Amino acid sequence: MELFFTMLVPLILCGVALYAAGRRVDVYAALVQGAGAGLETLLRIVPALVGLMTAVAMLRASGALEFLARALAPALEGLGLPPELLPLMLVRPVSGSAALGVGAELIAAYGPDSPLGRTAAVMLGSTETTFYTIAVYFGAVGITRTRYAVPAALCADLTGFLAAAWAVRLLFP
Amino acid sequence: MSMTVIWTGMVTLAVLFGLATGRGPEVAAAAVEGAASAVQLALSMAGMLCLWTGVMEVMRRAGLAQGLSRLLSPALRLLFPQAARDRAAMDSIAANVSANLLGLGNAATPLGLEAARRLGRASPGVASDSLCMLVVCNTASLQLIPTTVASVRAAAGCQAPFDILPAVWLASALSVAAGVLACKLLARVWRG
Repeated sequence: MELFFTMLVPLILCGVALYAAGRRVDVYAALVQGAGAGLETLLRIVPALVGLMTAVAMLRASGALEFLARALAPALEGLGLPPELLPLMLVRPVSGSAALGVGAELIAAYGPDSPLGRTAAVMLGSTETTFYTIAVYFGAVGITRTRYAVPAALCADLTGFLAAAWAVRLLFP
Repeated sequence: MSMTVIWTGMVTLAVLFGLATGRGPEVAAAAVEGAASAVQLALSMAGMLCLWTGVMEVMRRAGLAQGLSRLLSPALRLLFPQAARDRAAMDSIAANVSANLLGLGNAATPLGLEAARRLGRASPGVASDSLCMLVVCNTASLQLIPTTVASVRAAAGCQAPFDILPAVWLASALSVAAGVLACKLLARVWRG
């Protein structure tokens, strides 16, 4: 099982290449073109990374992050959520690139293989930018009465946060 | 606008708190280092991120998303009972969901919006049950391989950035299930 996840990346690369070549796709040209598009994506998120990683680093240095985490610890720990990750949970539904900036700062500060670093990564990987998505979809269709879409979507987000903390405790004891 | 409030609040809180606790110099140092570390992070995650967007482009051209949407169609009919008769809408929904699963975000959004426009025709201005379900499915993360997060972990010096995959799948599945369940329950009790 462990070997499977270690080998997953090369296996996907190889499998996708063979499948695509079998369907007469110019695999290499597609790969290179897609990688170029990746650079554009990266350029788009760098400004947000600069803004948010600076803000979180300042909050951490001022001691405010620690203070907030300690003040809210009883409530959040009762739910099984790590209070240190509160900034990530607050920003996540609002902006994707901002959440990536906050998450990257937390992952770097606690270490990618620490329980906190892992939980931050799983939270980022298992939730989406709820409010942005809702705005795009309902804006495009001209919906003004959104009914229960927002509460249902936030319910999914909260479950994602709780499940991320739980799954990391379960799978990385 | 909301990010303006959040960012300004964060920076102001950091300055006030730092001055109050006598950690002003640390805050000043962090302001300089934070920006530099953001660019360092971007550089160290660039390789992996580009590799994956390359692989995704290969997947897209090979028509992997179409194959996946054929597999998903029967299950999606259960989630969208009112739309099941609209072939074109169901095709767009299936294509949207499979593009999301493969992480093809740029392809997923136009497909999802196309589906949303078709679903929206039945009730102009008001979000129908099907439309709420579609939006909630798109606000939950369906991506099977969270490549951006893995790039961040790798950039932070992680040897096995994908070892979180089982945890991500578990958390995503529970989150999507909660969203779908909330939709189905609220559809029964919501008035108006």
